[in-house]
Amino acid sequence: MLDDFMVRAFLAGLGLALVSAPLGCFVVWRRMAYFGDATAHAAMLGVALSLAIETDVFFGALIFAIIMAWLTTQLSGRNYAMDTLLGVFSHSFLAVGLVIVSFISGVRIDLMAYLFGDILAVSKSDLGVIWVGTLVVLGLIIWRWTPLFLTTLNEELSYASGFNPKREQLFLTIALGITVAVSIKVVGVLLITAMLIIPAASARNIARDPEMMVLVAGVVSCISVILGLRSSYVFDTPPGPTIVCVALAIFIVLNLINTLRRLKL
Amino acid sequence: MKRLSSKHEAFATLAQVWPSFAMKLITIDSLTVAYVGVVALKNVSFTIDSGEIVTIVGPNGSGKTSLLKAIIGAVVPQEGNVDVKSGLKIGYVPQRLNLDPTLPISVGRFMKLSENATKRECQRALEQAGVAEIMTKQMSELSGGQLQRVLLAKALLGSPEMLLLDEATQGLDQPGAAEFYKQIEKLREETGCAILMISHDLHVVMSASDRVICLNGHICCSGTPQAVAATPEYKELFGADTDGALALYRHNHDHKHDHNDKNPTNSTEATH
Repeated sequence: MLDDFMVRAFLAGLGLALVSAPLGCFVVWRRMAYFGDATAHAAMLGVALSLAIETDVFFGALIFAIIMAWLTTQLSGRNYAMDTLLGVFSHSFLAVGLVIVSFISGVRIDLMAYLFGDILAVSKSDLGVIWVGTLVVLGLIIWRWTPLFLTTLNEELSYASGFNPKREQLFLTIALGITVAVSIKVVGVLLITAMLIIPAASARNIARDPEMMVLVAGVVSCISVILGLRSSYVFDTPPGPTIVCVALAIFIVLNLINTLRRLKL
Repeated sequence: MKRLSSKHEAFATLAQVWPSFAMKLITIDSLTVAYVGVVALKNVSFTIDSGEIVTIVGPNGSGKTSLLKAIIGAVVPQEGNVDVKSGLKIGYVPQRLNLDPTLPISVGRFMKLSENATKRECQRALEQAGVAEIMTKQMSELSGGQLQRVLLAKALLGSPEMLLLDEATQGLDQPGAAEFYKQIEKLREETGCAILMISHDLHVVMSASDRVICLNGHICCSGTPQAVAATPEYKELFGADTDGALALYRHNHDHKHDHNDKNPTNSTEATH
């Protein structure tokens, strides 16, 4: 079954869908959209270095995504605002990554594959990495759900309830790093944030409580992956962007329904 | 004008006769807090006894928030220490929530976060805080006053011996804030729990307190509300126009009906 590239593509996409849903909700709630973007861009440097030393791009991307996330949380508020720092690091990491890739001679590297993902080229070992990453992140979020959520609402409240917001922030950073690394092969560096944010934002139209929002976001992600892959096969379009387009369509439809429902009231 | 409950008066008298009866909940001893070279608090010492209402007032940047963070353990003091009675259950009422509009959560669900409270316990806490009928409402639909009371109700779960309020009335108008402090006083009467408030809301906060501590990096003065308001340090810190602060508070209470329309949370509840 796993020998079929389409089956592998579906399984990889569903793994991404499951991991991006809960994390995407936190990204939206904590207004970290730009943070996700920056982490993804920074991961490109990791990808380049991994290619240079010929190891799996997953680990390079993971390490740099986490370094980036850690750097910005450490340095923000000192001399520069958070978004300035993110802008400096993310784009320079991306640029340095691209420059390094140009130096790697002999190997023909399809950069597009990392910028926009190449879900159809996912190997069995990639699939293993994606699902291990997915399960780790899901486990982390289920385990830390209440403290993560309290920290999102108010850091002092979290302290007073006996949690350490800084530690929870670190957990979230690691989860984001893993998610970015896992997503690179599926939707690529440039579209990861879309998979984090669009399903979560769509879910907001229906959900009445946070757990429900995560669940709906998961369903929206899965539908996007399945329909997106199917359409990309039928219409011969690039899979990553097609998946994001389907997610966008769901977002628009749910918003329209919500608006109509409100108008009626 | 300030009326203590008879229960509390009896308690206060008993505490004078038998000092050890008033248990020290928190002892702060020569506390100094500094961030990257900037000293926020220097050599601050005071205690909070069971059952008393203490208000800390001070201008912006006077170290109020640092003090509060030191008590809940969010900052590590440079010098001195904060001694919290072992096993003391503190209910913390934050200033506000980072409630993004994209975050759906009902009042009932919020109440149960991090506390294993039953529905009935949540309902009771909401009643105590003066918002009985909003369990199923979304947090994002609440008015400023209602939100503040829900935060108070959450802090009340688990029957704390002490409540810690961080600028709890920010965003409320003056009658709304006065109303909120009335609720706090009532809570103290009902539950006997100690209350430490931080505020720059001078006009309304002080009359509700047993003791006011005026903070500006260090303790400028402290004592009963009336005594503090009369000190030159206090006047220097807050300017001459605060002379009528206490009077204004009384005035507001005597003429409650004049201000009712401004804040919907007031209109349903009668004062005194």
